Amino acid sequence: MLRQVYDIVIVGGGPAGLAAAVSAKRNGVESILVLERDKELGGILNQCIHNGFGLHTFKEELTGPEYAGRFIEQLEEEKIAYKLNTMVMDISDDKVVTAMNREDGMFEIQAKAVILAMGCRERSRGALNIPGYRPAGIYSAGTAQRLVNMEGYMPGREVVILGSGDIGLIMARRMTLEGAKVKVVAELLPYSGGLKRNIVQCLDDFGIPLKLSHTVVDIDGKERVEGITIAQVDENRRPIPGTEEHYTCDTLLLSCGLIPENEISSSLGVEMSPVTSGPLVNECLETNIEGVFACGNVLHVHDLVDFVSEEAGAAGKHAAEYVKNGAKHPSSDAKDIPITATQGARYTVPKTINPDRMDEKHIVRFRVGDVYKNCYVSVYLNDQRVIHRKRPVMAPGEMEEVVLKKEELAAFPDLTQITVKIEEA
Amino acid sequence: MYDVIIIGAGVSGAASARELSKYKLNICVVEKEEDVCCGTSKANSAIAHAGFDAESGSLMAKLNVEGNQMMEQLSRELDFPFKQNGSLVVCLHEEERPNLQKLYERGVENGVKDLRIIDRKELVELEPNISDEAVAALYAPTGGIICPFGMNIAFAENAAQNGVEFKFNTEVTGFEKKENTWLVKTNQGDFETKYVVNAAGVYADKFHNMVSEKKLHITPRRGDYCLLDRSTEGFVTHTIFQLPSKYGKGVLVTPTVHGNTLVGPTAIDIEDKEGTNTTQAGIDELISKAGSTVKGLPIRQVITSFAGLRAHEDGHEFYIGEVEGAKGFIDCAGIESPGLTSAPAIGKMVAEIVSGLADAQINSDFVGTRKGILDPKTLSNEERAALIKEHPAYGNIICRCEMITEGEIIDAINRPLGAKSLDGVKRRTRAGMGRCQAGFCSPRTIEILARERGVDPAEITKSGGNSKIIVGINKDRI
Amino acid sequence: METRELICIGCPMGCPLKVEINNGEVSSVTGNTCKRGDDYARKEVTNPTRIVTSSVIVEGGSLAAVSVKTKQDIPKGKIFDIMKALKGVKVQAPVHIGDVIVSNVADTGVDIIATKNVL
Repeated sequence: MLRQVYDIVIVGGGPAGLAAAVSAKRNGVESILVLERDKELGGILNQCIHNGFGLHTFKEELTGPEYAGRFIEQLEEEKIAYKLNTMVMDISDDKVVTAMNREDGMFEIQAKAVILAMGCRERSRGALNIPGYRPAGIYSAGTAQRLVNMEGYMPGREVVILGSGDIGLIMARRMTLEGAKVKVVAELLPYSGGLKRNIVQCLDDFGIPLKLSHTVVDIDGKERVEGITIAQVDENRRPIPGTEEHYTCDTLLLSCGLIPENEISSSLGVEMSPVTSGPLVNECLETNIEGVFACGNVLHVHDLVDFVSEEAGAAGKHAAEYVKNGAKHPSSDAKDIPITATQGARYTVPKTINPDRMDEKHIVRFRVGDVYKNCYVSVYLNDQRVIHRKRPVMAPGEMEEVVLKKEELAAFPDLTQITVKIEEA
Repeated sequence: MYDVIIIGAGVSGAASARELSKYKLNICVVEKEEDVCCGTSKANSAIAHAGFDAESGSLMAKLNVEGNQMMEQLSRELDFPFKQNGSLVVCLHEEERPNLQKLYERGVENGVKDLRIIDRKELVELEPNISDEAVAALYAPTGGIICPFGMNIAFAENAAQNGVEFKFNTEVTGFEKKENTWLVKTNQGDFETKYVVNAAGVYADKFHNMVSEKKLHITPRRGDYCLLDRSTEGFVTHTIFQLPSKYGKGVLVTPTVHGNTLVGPTAIDIEDKEGTNTTQAGIDELISKAGSTVKGLPIRQVITSFAGLRAHEDGHEFYIGEVEGAKGFIDCAGIESPGLTSAPAIGKMVAEIVSGLADAQINSDFVGTRKGILDPKTLSNEERAALIKEHPAYGNIICRCEMITEGEIIDAINRPLGAKSLDGVKRRTRAGMGRCQAGFCSPRTIEILARERGVDPAEITKSGGNSKIIVGINKDRI
Repeated sequence: METRELICIGCPMGCPLKVEINNGEVSSVTGNTCKRGDDYARKEVTNPTRIVTSSVIVEGGSLAAVSVKTKQDIPKGKIFDIMKALKGVKVQAPVHIGDVIVSNVADTGVDIIATKNVL
């Protein structure tokens, strides 16, 4: 079997993999290989043809393919090697990556560092346990997005959407523009999982109703969807009998959450967070396995690609440093201070931070578990509060951040615990 | 003119066709769906029952034990997944022990080999996740798990290889008795045959009742199931039943041959013979019952739920034989659990009856073995590399959850009785059967199906009929 | 005086805006955290505009379709006119990001441009 050697292998050529590759190269590593399973680089951005990307990174509003295009250009400029249509089958703990494609067959790459950037997948109808028939016409929003935007096919004419995540909202508009009738968007939770601006420009612009605290309770049609019944749910998210409403339609789109794709990471022995379903990482975005880094939606699901690029850039930089300097931080380092998310904060990325190793400032990202109004994001070093920032509104659909400063942490020589929490006014 | 028309390409019909192809007979299978294995055969517990359940002396008991004993060899000859993983009937209450003993005795009488009652200690050794309530179990090492699609498709392909004709999308509407033959009327025209085998599953009573005054009555008995992700592999290794008791019948928890965990079924009698819709009540019942024999069932790992219909005849027995007053019309009716296990024996029995009536000659050209779709995962890395070199399509992963390659999908489409739809590909290769439930691979599989079949992608369906995936092109209605 | 409440679509923050209108003139915008919000609010109450994105068929390329957008924002009321104008549009590969696919689409004075390279 063909065996190659690279300093850094990056699994995934989507926004995270691209930014990680470019950053690793610019931080001094020459030998980098990106492995992408699809037929082109860019990942999910290729099907996100709407605008709204890049304000943070490029200070202008781009569509998904344009945003990907900028990074692909950088990758080409940096002459970074990549392989398309290539599936990574396995990564061993001594960082031998086994992959496969049509041209090379099965092959192995011995890497010094690996960056996991596989992205995420959508929660399926089956995982949601929606009762009813199993006809054609039920798609995850992303599958419909690929069919409409990349292949030019209409997957349906009359549409009900379950889930108000951003892809669901975006697809409500896309289907409407292409000539379909979107009858309703139902959301199980009492709030939308998507960005507010997407509710305005994807639903309100077209008069599409959003029904919060509603779910699908039945799917009609034996061959193709013929109708969908939705019902209101109580505070335990159980349907309330008597509130059923039937919609005649031929299509149900599901936008009910994204799940990081960590099957390869798990079999490699990477420790996972039960909250994010992504790896637990330190401030270098390194997993418990030395020299294996993670970034983008495989680490935790992001709302904004700009933050994916930023995070992936950091992963690329740290992987490059690892390759150049070797392991400078055993994972059992006593100076890795755990960050605990509590009281409304569900998790943090990173999970630990090392004050000696960290940059002057480090952004810690997290999500809240509920909608909070006029609350404070607080950070405690041991039991001393060092950050107390007022936020008018926080919702689970929007990622939050706090900035930790090296000097602040250094001022706590016996620091054992950092806590992020939400506090009432 | 056919010698035999078999109604239904489910597992009973396909097994019968394959057994009958051992004779010099002109055989046709008519199936109302677009593919084999579209009814009861595709949605069940996927189990080879040991044979202690059915009443001693019944045809059900006899064919169950026979079918179970044939399974291992057949799975090798026809290359379908089967594993003798053993089954456990778990007794949760001391006072139910006599019932466990009764079950054991019935099993022995039915001819089930190696049955024994084991105590809690041994049970925990076999199944560490067994419920803390479990006191003992009936252990049947001959119990097994099967890929039901694999077996059904293997029977059908092997039958086709041996000359049996299959007509799909062909729905029988009635019969006309001629002097020595039957005219089988269908939506695709009328076909004359000397013998009719009625293997129509939940519809077998309808066809039986068209030709007989002695009526059958089949109730579609719906069973809801939940299938858990392959990440649960190893949670249980045996098929675990709950001993039926005054506390209820319980549901089974079993590994599948592919490493998933299957939980189910419910038993809900319905009217609609196509009523394969799951209901909230059914799924709720399943989830509430599933935890009784095992602890910590990872039910949140569910990747799909589905429902199947058992063809429950009022007499709860297999009806196999020539129908009284309808010469040449052979029933294969009331085939509910343990129908899948019994299928090899059912096929044999049907073939004996028909060949006897027809006084048929042995078909010396019969080939009894069939090669399944090559699964590259069973190869070493070196063999796999060589395969890709020869057929690059085996290097192209289409279904990333189950790691199914384009090569396997092309094979599934182009072999005898090949897949025509997404579900057809799924049942043959598992592409789309994983945790994303075809979210990623369906657009790619559509492309491959359209290319290989030489049709427009818009023609490709999920499962035949009107189950179109693509309904038009962008902006075509604005 | 009239007051309108809006959610800014200028960026993902989605600031809640309050716009005060006097005799058809915007007298004040509050709630925004940047200049973009002020611009959006003023436009939204007088002449709301949007970027329209879609995709059109490509022939002879490595992909079946190419994504496109209006080069600038267009009046909201023109969205469906633009979609009609894009109906049946086919282009020949190669297409590059920024290539004009339809000029002056639906008489808006705005071009439809490609947002992806299809070679």
